[in-house]
Amino acid sequence: MELLANLALGFDTALTLHNLLYCFAGVLIGTLIGVLPGIGPVATIAMLLPVTFTLAPVSAMIMLAGIYYGAQYGGSTSAILINLPGEITSVATTLDGHAMAKQGRAGVALATAAIGSFVAGTISTFLLAAFAPPLAELALKFGPHEYFALMVLGLVASIVLAHGSLLRAVGMILLGLLLGLIGADVNSGALRFTFGIPELADGVGFVVAAMGMFGLGEIVRNLENEANRKQLVGRITTLMPTREDFRRMVGPILRGTFIGSALGILPGNGALLASFTSYSVEKKISKTPEQFGKGMIEGVAAPESANNAGAQTSFIPMLTLGIPSSPVMALMIGALIIQGIQPGPTVVTNQPALFWGIIVSMWIGNVFLLILNLPLIGLWVRMIMVPYHLLYPAILVFCAIGVYSLSNSTLDVHLMALFGVLGYVFAKLECEPAPMLLGFLLGPMMEEYLRRALTISRGDATTFLTRPISVSMLAMAVVVMVIVLLPAIRKTRDVAFKEEG
Amino acid sequence: MTIRNPKDFWSGLLFLAVGGAAVLLAQKYKLGTAFKMGPGYFPTALGGLLALVGLLAIVRSFIRPGTALEPFHWRLLLMVTGSAVLFGLLLRGAGLSVSVLVLALASSAASIYFRWRTALILAVGLIALSALLFVKGLGLPIPLIGTWFGG
Repeated sequence: MELLANLALGFDTALTLHNLLYCFAGVLIGTLIGVLPGIGPVATIAMLLPVTFTLAPVSAMIMLAGIYYGAQYGGSTSAILINLPGEITSVATTLDGHAMAKQGRAGVALATAAIGSFVAGTISTFLLAAFAPPLAELALKFGPHEYFALMVLGLVASIVLAHGSLLRAVGMILLGLLLGLIGADVNSGALRFTFGIPELADGVGFVVAAMGMFGLGEIVRNLENEANRKQLVGRITTLMPTREDFRRMVGPILRGTFIGSALGILPGNGALLASFTSYSVEKKISKTPEQFGKGMIEGVAAPESANNAGAQTSFIPMLTLGIPSSPVMALMIGALIIQGIQPGPTVVTNQPALFWGIIVSMWIGNVFLLILNLPLIGLWVRMIMVPYHLLYPAILVFCAIGVYSLSNSTLDVHLMALFGVLGYVFAKLECEPAPMLLGFLLGPMMEEYLRRALTISRGDATTFLTRPISVSMLAMAVVVMVIVLLPAIRKTRDVAFKEEG
Repeated sequence: MTIRNPKDFWSGLLFLAVGGAAVLLAQKYKLGTAFKMGPGYFPTALGGLLALVGLLAIVRSFIRPGTALEPFHWRLLLMVTGSAVLFGLLLRGAGLSVSVLVLALASSAASIYFRWRTALILAVGLIALSALLFVKGLGLPIPLIGTWFGG
């Protein structure tokens, strides 16, 4: 069995003391920032990028990955205990998780979330191991046409997954693509949109934009509601779920894992959509849907399994195609490039120890998380109590030094502040930042692939429709777009009808 | 004519302005053809599309109702982003210690729970932590005391 040999290689890599340590550090930091509302994995990974310069590539990736899925674990803790999702992917968990806490079953809810996350993490690690290599093999056949079509599909999917207005999400993507073009054109060397600032010739750094929009913008929004931050409810008595609890959580965990794994592959924040979808699926198939929101264990098990599974399968497009599906994956790609590794389909064959090491480390990380989260819950509870007014100045200091250290440029610090303003304004206008950052990253790549594809076909745009893989991806993009537009059309018409009547 | 969806209206206006500006600026770069795309080709196309999306959003804001805008807290925004700008301005000249002190104090002042004493203790702690972690630990070339103070 090739898979077993590969997994053995992965265990060899991930089980070295050095890598175990970084895996542990990653999930520990991840849980910490997951528990703390107001700081998410994007800002944290961006801040820690300079630290990874000094590490071996595989250790760096193991740690950064641990931060991401660790944050999904930690997010549920604050969702259950203070009704405030530590991460946006835990919003669905607040509904029943906090209700359980109010009934004195906080410990059981926390245990359910941890068990669900662990099972989901284990299953999705195997899915990743099984599906990533064949996908990478397929991707080796991709030319510029296929990559361009794939990016179009990815951007369309990220529109679908963005919540709020579709039109504004399209605008955000286009804006991101344009911002990505700032700097010297790869082909002609012409400086575009640099406004005579020489430092902009290399473009605006992705980390700078991500930290501004997710780090600074978030802080301002949290400060707005500083007065009504919630307090801890209830004490944690027993962690152990009863037999009845176990019986009830099996189905939701498995369904949540499946939904999460499937949606996690999609661009945008698949883990977020997965947690909501699995919650509503459980509510629909339940015999007592009216009990949801009043402390149903199913309502904790399903979304927590789904978001963890989704967080892990979102590594598939990054590891196999070299294309980021979310801002977090974009940072992972950035970390690999810093290490001199060009992410793409060749990573599986050229860097097998790296590829399998990361995958196996995810499973090990899940074991760590189970240990960290259950017995050490008291520690995390104390963490939640750290007042925000002591926390955000520290976040700001780390963001500022981190951004400066990327290229020793104070301009980057100022650009981060500018993106902070943008992030705040867009949040107020309900324009999602994730599609913009995705476009920002894909902008130069898309231009390059489009240019190459059109040069090969001598300027004939139908070239995208004559190649089987590229045409099927574009067709999928159209189908997806039509599907999401249908209810939107209905909604518009409903509103119009109301006004006539 | 009244704006029924302010979020659509303002984001549309923003998209229209940026898209339009991009198209205008891109005219300075060679356009080229689809076969041989110049540096102006892709930005012109994207800017045009963005302006179109913006226009659609503006038109829609008069037709389809939406929720009202939440109030903007400009003072908070200015204090948080402004303290980062101050950090950038001070870093080279005044050094890491002074700029972290200013950043921590200025941003702390945005909180409703701001107290001079706790903010000062926090700032000193952050200076020590960042000196230890970034300068000593990671060896980043940032002077603790800047050139203004003879560092």
